[in-house]
Amino acid sequence: MGFFDRLREGLTRTTQQIVGRFEEIVRRADADTGTARPIDGDTMEALEELLISADVGVAATGQIVAAVRARARRGDSLRDLVKAEIRGIFDAVEPRPALNGRSPHVTLIVGVNGTGKTTTVGKLANLLKASGRQPLVCAADTFRAAAVEQLEIWARRAAVDLVRAREGADPAAVVFEAIQAGRARGRDPILVDTAGRLHTRTNLMNELDKICRVAARASEGAPHDVLLVLDATVGQNGLAQAREFTSVAGVTGIVLTKLDGTAKGGIAVAIAHDLKLPILYVGVGEGIDDLIPFSPRDYVDALFQGTW
Amino acid sequence: MFESLSTRVQDVFKSLRGEARLTPEHVETALRAIRLALLEADVNVSVARAFIDRVRDRAMDQAVLRSLTPGQQVIAIVRDELVALFGTSEGGLTKHAPTPRVVLLLGLQGSGKTTTAGKLGRWLARQGRHPLMVSTDVRRPAAIEQLSVLGDQAGVRVHAPDTMDPVARASGALAEARATGFDTVIVDTAGRLHIDDDLMDELQAIRDAVRPSDLLYVADAMTGQDAIRSAGEFHRRVAVTGVVLTKLDGDARGGAALSVVSVVGVPIAFVGSGERLDDLELFHPDRVVSRMLGMGDVLSLIEKAEQAIDKGEAEQLEARLRRNEFTLDDFRSQLKALRRMGPLESVLGMIPGLGNLKQLADNKPDEKQMGRVEAIICSMTPAERRDHTVINGSRRRRIALGSGTSVAEINRLLKQFTEMRRVLQMIGQGGMPRLGPGMKLPPMSHKGAAAVPGRKRRKGGPWGLIKTR
Repeated sequence: MGFFDRLREGLTRTTQQIVGRFEEIVRRADADTGTARPIDGDTMEALEELLISADVGVAATGQIVAAVRARARRGDSLRDLVKAEIRGIFDAVEPRPALNGRSPHVTLIVGVNGTGKTTTVGKLANLLKASGRQPLVCAADTFRAAAVEQLEIWARRAAVDLVRAREGADPAAVVFEAIQAGRARGRDPILVDTAGRLHTRTNLMNELDKICRVAARASEGAPHDVLLVLDATVGQNGLAQAREFTSVAGVTGIVLTKLDGTAKGGIAVAIAHDLKLPILYVGVGEGIDDLIPFSPRDYVDALFQGTW
Repeated sequence: MFESLSTRVQDVFKSLRGEARLTPEHVETALRAIRLALLEADVNVSVARAFIDRVRDRAMDQAVLRSLTPGQQVIAIVRDELVALFGTSEGGLTKHAPTPRVVLLLGLQGSGKTTTAGKLGRWLARQGRHPLMVSTDVRRPAAIEQLSVLGDQAGVRVHAPDTMDPVARASGALAEARATGFDTVIVDTAGRLHIDDDLMDELQAIRDAVRPSDLLYVADAMTGQDAIRSAGEFHRRVAVTGVVLTKLDGDARGGAALSVVSVVGVPIAFVGSGERLDDLELFHPDRVVSRMLGMGDVLSLIEKAEQAIDKGEAEQLEARLRRNEFTLDDFRSQLKALRRMGPLESVLGMIPGLGNLKQLADNKPDEKQMGRVEAIICSMTPAERRDHTVINGSRRRRIALGSGTSVAEINRLLKQFTEMRRVLQMIGQGGMPRLGPGMKLPPMSHKGAAAVPGRKRRKGGPWGLIKTR
């Protein structure tokens, strides 16, 4: 099953909801293409509320609506205009190669509590292994009860090596150890599962900063990638999270999880718009195969698939 | 929490404040800004619209427009309406329940159910109840183990049968509670999507097997617009009795909570406000609204202080202050008490006015400095702590070495301490209502000195809040 099908499956309900309400707006606006009137104020307002209720956020929504309004000409299809606009936001983000580069490539998985970091590390290890690489996972969440055990089970499922520490140990030390072990055993990339931390907690963010510094000591330029895991249900706070984690740990990409619910993950649009951070993967279920590389084009298409 | 919303709302009213008379246009401008602030705070689109309509109806009243303080009147209206949205419930568990009481925790993945179970166990134990916990999460790897670790930490027994059938695990716990006299059973469930029919059926089966009096929907405070859909669906399937709002210690504006409460019509029972097991609090709508509007949350602060400070210790301290015997040891235990209250940032946020200080957001209080002060005092001998005047140059070098600091830092601390004692003495002679304004954290470096701008000017500062009745 390709990206498109998987995403579409995950987004079916999302699509239905968006489309359900959009349908009417569009029917009104696109009624008789060719002779239709320019898109009016009511339509714009409806579009605005729709995007906001998809968590796209006030600022990005404002830009999309303004651009659509400015560009709309008699007879244009509203659907195509909105799609093009959102795609444009994603396209403006510099694409970057994922988890590739020097060996061993060190990737930190970070985020607030409960977004699905550990699960993502498990799925990502599996995905990389399937593509012929030999990942090593590092359990650096030494705070949450049983987090290490949870990752251990994922590592077994994906059949990859795991470097772990005792609960309460210094996470930076575990990361150092994992990088050395990875180099000795010829493993690449190294995926580090970090403890969930609220971006407002200074001491925890300092700990993350320390992990980065220690990683750099074990391997030049490490961490080479820092993936921020965001829950698709997150609201506008997702932006604050992305901002803080970027300033402390230099986030290089986003993983959007739990996209199989009814949440639309519109925050991805806001983040691409405001912070120019690429979305690299999306999580669409609880199975080990339910993590897929993100394709902005297909995402937008899938989002606006159906009766549109 | 809600910080940005409160700033936004306040900014709007600041612009209204200068107006001699309020025109309907003024009100419209304010309402537009409030609506935007609500939407950015993740309040549901339709909830925001309804809210604005209600405020508009009341604000356009001639009595309001003509009053001498229209801005304040509008603030009062917004406040009233917010309180009304949250409802009048004082939070907590339902008032009446058969024994053993069964509490079922449910919600989406990653909302914090298992952590909440541990916190709730601890909370109940502190209330003198005898809780028993059980995990029915057979899906997420190591979820069962996580609860048993939390049980150990909280000192709460965890029912751990061999069966991997969620319903059997829950009923087994209830049977054990009945047989051995536990009065409350906390049932943790697997995270599930509200649209996953199989798992929602399982949830109903667990509910039917243990007949809980409290069905708490655990919701992440950072959730966006989808919150009411998922909460609504859970409510439709199992009839939720309350909401636990988690991760409130972040800077989420919590608008989703507002939406859930007003749309689903279920009160917020508890809020989770930190990573420690003690960080579970009853929900007080009026206090949260006060905080939203930047009026501070003094009541919660006093409660926190009371929890953190031993009464006897406080009385002893007061007596010693009167006799001018305040020592470095006392200073250290005060520091410890302050740290027991949780992260400084969240404590400061509860002080009226402080939540809005822009500088505070930029210069977060440096907990590291407090740690260094503690380290320095810990590196002193008991004799030195009792009488700081014996600390000469050579002792200072030793202390600096022992605490990993520098002599300059020791000097600064001692200077601050002497100053503090002088001020305390003055206050002490005057009956000492509270630790005085002169008491501030000794800045240990120039960076540290700027760490909390404005704090020393504020009456009492965080120190003054530690009541020494």
